[in-house]
Amino acid sequence: MAEIRVQNLRKAFGAFVAVQDSNFVVEDGEFFVMLGPSGCGKTTTLRMIAGLELPTGGKILLGGEDVTMRRARERDIAFVFQLFALYPHMNVRKNIGFPLLAQGMPSAEIRARVEETAKLLRIDHLLDKSVSGLAGGDRQRVALGRAIVRRPKCFLMDEPLGTLDTEFRDLMVHELRELHNRIHATTVYVTHDQMEAMSMADKIAVMNHGVIEQFGTPREIYDRPATMFVADFIGSPPMNFLKFGGGLAKGAKEIVVQGAKVAVPEVREDVAPADMALGIRPEHIRFDDGSKLRGAIYGTEYLGTTQIVAVETADGIIKARVPAGIHLSPGEQVGLTLSSARLSLFEKGSGRAVRTAMHDQAAEARHG
Amino acid sequence: MSLTTAHSVVAPSANSKRIAGVIIVAYALISIVPLLWIFATSFKTPPDSIAYPPKIVFQPSLEGYCNLFTTRTRQTPEYINSLGPATGLCDATVRKRNMVIAGPSNFVPRFVNSLIIAFGSTFCAVFLGTLSAYGFSRFKVPLADDLLFFILSTRFMPPIAVAIPIYLMYRELGLSDTALGMILLYTAVNVSLAVWLLKGFIDEIPREYEEAAMIDGYTRLQAFWRTVLPQATTGIAATAIFCLIFAWNEYAFAALLTSGTAQTAPPFIPTIIGEGGQDWPAVAAGTTIFLVPILVFTILLRKQLLRGITFGAVRK
Repeated sequence: MAEIRVQNLRKAFGAFVAVQDSNFVVEDGEFFVMLGPSGCGKTTTLRMIAGLELPTGGKILLGGEDVTMRRARERDIAFVFQLFALYPHMNVRKNIGFPLLAQGMPSAEIRARVEETAKLLRIDHLLDKSVSGLAGGDRQRVALGRAIVRRPKCFLMDEPLGTLDTEFRDLMVHELRELHNRIHATTVYVTHDQMEAMSMADKIAVMNHGVIEQFGTPREIYDRPATMFVADFIGSPPMNFLKFGGGLAKGAKEIVVQGAKVAVPEVREDVAPADMALGIRPEHIRFDDGSKLRGAIYGTEYLGTTQIVAVETADGIIKARVPAGIHLSPGEQVGLTLSSARLSLFEKGSGRAVRTAMHDQAAEARHG
Repeated sequence: MSLTTAHSVVAPSANSKRIAGVIIVAYALISIVPLLWIFATSFKTPPDSIAYPPKIVFQPSLEGYCNLFTTRTRQTPEYINSLGPATGLCDATVRKRNMVIAGPSNFVPRFVNSLIIAFGSTFCAVFLGTLSAYGFSRFKVPLADDLLFFILSTRFMPPIAVAIPIYLMYRELGLSDTALGMILLYTAVNVSLAVWLLKGFIDEIPREYEEAAMIDGYTRLQAFWRTVLPQATTGIAATAIFCLIFAWNEYAFAALLTSGTAQTAPPFIPTIIGEGGQDWPAVAAGTTIFLVPILVFTILLRKQLLRGITFGAVRK
């Protein structure tokens, strides 16, 4: 196993830049997820790490070795494709043993390794079956088997659960993470599904238009989004934005939104006057008739333990997640109270998050 | 009648199925009658073969086959009587016509020529076609579309339109009446078809298979050999049969460019007519035997052939 270091990685297809100066480090044994909408460059990045595409610029280091221009077969990595790419003319055993055959391993040893791998994935009863008759989840397990049988430096997975039914998907998310906990293989996993990313990843990179918008743990990304794109992409429903104007001074603890004063985490930088946005997660909104920030109930979405309530404010609709027990009827006027310590501030033009006490506290907590 | 029966909107009704069946049977009969006629004629005696009205029921005879495989000379009855007893069925048959067997005919060597040239050119066309189709399908070939169009354009005119230049070139190059020359010619004609057909098939094979193999430690050529080729067998078989049918049946170039050692069966068969009267049973026998390899090949690969005809229309 090895760490993966990506430095200033760049890929252009003609005039179109698919990946722009990416930098990140996947530490040895880490489960790293690249998350973003389709066309954001995450798969291209993965294919460059694999050696299926050559970068236009930058470096890729695998376990300290520069492999940027090396052929895929010389990198000692394994790749799991979205469509699994199981060879239809071979049975399960041959599919899993195929990478070992390339190394010229004696057939008795291949047999032993394949059986060991199949046991690990609980597919040993399927070894002599044809791959075409397998269910989606089992196909996925065979594809994983082919990846882990060789004990490569790292695993690369390109939306491996994308074609599975929801039912299988949840099961496989659990299995993948469990497998990772057992073998501690450095893994790069590409997906557009935030649930997969949040539930499996040690670290996440959120990408958009070829740029890594944020790199961090799932918690950091959810609690302290670095940009409005990340705030909007993660969370269901996503973060609400309320606009406000004027600059911010270092040390400010309050802003004015729609004529109401809202306490925010202490601002730790000066921001020149510009259009700003206040970011609020739906679960950080409570209804309180005393609040000056007001809106009218637009509609509700019942989810069992909670409900999503759409509230029409002077600045458009925002969504709140409140306990399901509260009865609300459309048109009803409500006051909104926001959990001050959890609010984010953004510069609307650049989308960048303003540094506040929330970031500093997190940094202090990290460094002890 | 039950009111609960569900009627499918897309499934054909019983009536239209019946009509379709009648049309198919009628078409099959029309296509198959000439073949049956040839087959029957090959077992007739020469007088039966030209009888009018034509004989549907007749005494089967192997005379046509005897005449196909042998050359004979006419002799006087006295000479024939002076010979010992007939050495075999054919000997006995030709003696009844006041003839004796002089030696084997050229049919077997011509048939072997056909086999060598047709299978040889099919192999070359499919081999080259598979590699080029793979190249066009997987790599960024500069001007790929123009090249593909150019390859296709070689089939815009009937190949025989270039017969004269080819005849002259072959004479200069010493390729006239050689098996190599005919293999090259049929390969050149078939390779455009092979590239286009096979590109369709290879495009349908996801490139993830090779990418997976290349990541797993194989070279591109190994990946092609172990993952692409096994999945392209249907397409390769369909392409091979189209190429083989063309090369096997080709008459015009064969008649023009081959006369002796490299002559194929199609130009040879008509020459039988001239040997000792109009020997229709021998011609029919030659045609019948000529049909056998293509018949066997087609029956063996009929599923792939169907897939080849409908390729692109039915995707899985």
